[in-house]
Amino acid sequence: MLVMTAVLAKAGLAGEPSQERQSTLRNMLNHDCGACHGLTLKGGLGPALLPEVLAGKPDDFLISTILNGREGTAMPPWQPFMNRDEAAWLVGVLRKPEH
Amino acid sequence: MIKLLPLIALLFSLNAIAEPRATGDLGIVIEREDGNALIINTTEHKRLAKIEKLGDLSHASVVFSRDQRYAYVFGRDGGLTKIDMLKDAIDKRIIQAGNSIGGAISQDGKLIAVSNYTPGGVKVFSAETLELVADIPSDYGEGLRSKVVGLVDAPGQRFVFSLFDAGEIWMADFKNPKAPVIKKFPNIGKQPYDALMSPDGHYYIAGLFGEPGLALLDLWNTEAGVKHILPDYGKDDEKLPVYKMPHLEGWAVAGDYVFAPAIGQHKVLVIDKNTWELHDTIAVAGQPVFVMARPDARHVWVNFAFPDNHQVQIIDVKDLSLHKTLSPGKGVLHMEFTPRGEQVWVALRDDNQLVVYDTDTLQEITRLPANKPNGIFFSSRAHKIGL
Ligand code: HEC
Repeated sequence: MLVMTAVLAKAGLAGEPSQERQSTLRNMLNHDCGACHGLTLKGGLGPALLPEVLAGKPDDFLISTILNGREGTAMPPWQPFMNRDEAAWLVGVLRKPEH
Repeated sequence: MIKLLPLIALLFSLNAIAEPRATGDLGIVIEREDGNALIINTTEHKRLAKIEKLGDLSHASVVFSRDQRYAYVFGRDGGLTKIDMLKDAIDKRIIQAGNSIGGAISQDGKLIAVSNYTPGGVKVFSAETLELVADIPSDYGEGLRSKVVGLVDAPGQRFVFSLFDAGEIWMADFKNPKAPVIKKFPNIGKQPYDALMSPDGHYYIAGLFGEPGLALLDLWNTEAGVKHILPDYGKDDEKLPVYKMPHLEGWAVAGDYVFAPAIGQHKVLVIDKNTWELHDTIAVAGQPVFVMARPDARHVWVNFAFPDNHQVQIIDVKDLSLHKTLSPGKGVLHMEFTPRGEQVWVALRDDNQLVVYDTDTLQEITRLPANKPNGIFFSSRAHKIGL
């Protein structure tokens, strides 16, 4: 039974970054993304990334914005520093009211 | 003995009151995550006090009153806090906008101007009371309002600033604070992201993000308008993505040269101040963020954007060569020179430290703890144009 739970837990986490990686990504969100979007993500040079602002926008759209950046704007591509699963996890974090 | 006690107590308290503190060698260090400001002494390398609850300081900057008693801290969340460095306390604090980027103090020290992202514009306050004196919305086009960046003071009781979205430079003359006179320079280039004033108050230069080059305003000859300099620089090179906007504060002027960060490139630009043409480029370790001259201008210190932000490089102005690379620690965010430049303080955000270097030997002198420091501002800025 114990083994089963462990296996399930693992399966549930498929694609989710490791604890250590999550804390690196959170730190990145605060500081590196925060440099443009604000420490509290209420906006700066880049727009606010609060749940209500992102509500109407599909995951795929936001994930690809993060990975590829947006041509002609100040939003740079983060592909060199994270993979798709990690960008998806970040979008999940952004959608939560408190993070 | 019993009788003496009140007298002793009185003497003690008098002593406490009489203990004088000079402020000319003090400074403010911003702790971005906690929203605190530390008051530090640059001679003794000491933390003197922590001023708490200043809001979102993720992009904070500080100016000083000309008597060097007060520090004005501009927070990201529109907070403007006046700190009394003699009393280690907040003197006044207001929330003046929703989202703000920086500020300046007027030539006569009586006005504080703040540049805002939302709602976009510049607000000007009494330095003494923080009461609103003037509000300049950055309106352009049809019902549009621009983010404002690169706000500095200029001789003649003026403030100069740039409109990021509009691509304009505005100059506001505050000789009559109740009725400021605003002169607008349109079409200065796409997306000015920051600007600087030359230390002599002669030139205002805005860096452009949306196109190559810089916008130059000669304050001795504003009739000539804004000149687009280095318009072809890097046009054909592949531009690297920019992970942190460079800053143009404290730019380096040394002899005939101006040193500026090349946006999106691992280079520092060396511009000839007589012709405003590119004289040279110096290859560096990453995308430069701050390019700052030591006060004697013999060396230029450079820090870098993510992911190269663990290093600092020093350029020798004598032959425009790379003099030395230092690795102070993780997340080098800001540097500040002592007034005559024998030491420099470096903020290490990810190591939670401040490190002090001897700028001659480049040896480390000491380290002080600070929680996620992101800005260091010494009170000697009080007497510098454009800071
Ligand atoms: C150098 C500045 C800068 C940095 C750093 C930056 N961004 Fe952005 N970002 C922008 C700008 C500017 C836009 C708006 C682009 C536009 O006008 O469409 C944007 C847009 C976005 C959007 C789309 C928002 C929307 O409503 O459509 C997301 C999501 C986003 N950024 C996430 C991030 C994340 C996550 C990071 C850090 C890993 C980050 N950004 C770092 C400047 C930046």
